[in-house]
Amino acid sequence: MTRRWLPYPILSALLLLIWLLLNQSIAPGTILLGALLGVALAKVFGLLRPPKARVRNYPLLGLLFVRVVVDIVRSNIAVARIILRRDSRMQSGFVAIPLTLTDHYGLAVLACIITSTPGTIWVSYDSSANILLIHVLDLVDEASWIDSIKQRYERPLLEIFQ
Amino acid sequence: MSHLDALPPWAAILVAVLVLLGALLAFVGSLGLLRLKNFYKRVHAPTLGTTLGTFFMLAASITCFSVLHDRPIFYEILIGVFLTLTTPITLMLLVRAALYRDREEGSADVPQAPPHE
Repeated sequence: MTRRWLPYPILSALLLLIWLLLNQSIAPGTILLGALLGVALAKVFGLLRPPKARVRNYPLLGLLFVRVVVDIVRSNIAVARIILRRDSRMQSGFVAIPLTLTDHYGLAVLACIITSTPGTIWVSYDSSANILLIHVLDLVDEASWIDSIKQRYERPLLEIFQ
Repeated sequence: MSHLDALPPWAAILVAVLVLLGALLAFVGSLGLLRLKNFYKRVHAPTLGTTLGTFFMLAASITCFSVLHDRPIFYEILIGVFLTLTTPITLMLLVRAALYRDREEGSADVPQAPPHE
C-alpha cells in the first residue's frame, strides 16, 4: 500500500519542503497541496523508470558535503588569483581518470562536484572503459589530480552509493 | 527604495559587503572570460559567479529581507540548489561540443576519442 502510493518517500518529502519554502507558509492548506503535489510528482517520476538509488551512509554524505563546500571556497580563491595575476606560464590540460565508481547517482554527484568546483570541469565519461576525462585549469601534476579526485570524492561516493 | 530605510545600519553594512563580494566574484569570473586564452580555460571562469558569487548574493538577500520582515526568510537557498544542479549540464554540453569539434578537426591539443566510439 505504502509502496504503491509513496514509491519515493524522500523525493515526495523534498518536493513538499520546496513547496512550503516557495510559499513561505505552513498553513494546513499549503501543506495539503504540497503533499498532494509531492505524491503526484513522485509517481510521475516513477514513470521514467529511474534506476534504484540507495544511500547507504548518510553521515558520510554530510561529511562529503562539507568537504566539497570547503574545496569550492578554496578553488574560488585559487581561480580568482589565476585570473587576476594573468600568469601566462599557467598550464592547463586534460586528465584521464580511471574510475571504480559505476553507480549512476554517484557519477551524477561526482559530475556536480567536479563542475561546481572552479578550476575543474567534467568533460566526458567513457562508460565502457569507465574512464573519466576532466579539464583542469591549473595543471601542475597529473598524477596528484587523479589521486586527489579518487581519494577525496570517489572513495566516499563509492561507500555512499555502491 | 524607501522601505530599505527601515534597515538598521549594521544590517545595511553587512548586506552591502555581501553584495559587493558577490559582484566582485562575478566580475572576476567575467574578466576571466576575457583574459584566458582558449575555450577550455575560459569555461572555468564563470563558475566563480555560480558558486561563491551566488552564495554571497543569496546571503545578502536572506539577511536583507529577514531583517526587514523580522522573520527568517530563506527560500533563496532554493536558487542555490537549482543553480548547483543545473550549471554542470550547461557547462558539460558546451565543453563536449567544443571537444567534438576539435576532435573532428583533428586538433592535437585535445585527447583523441577512445577507438570504439
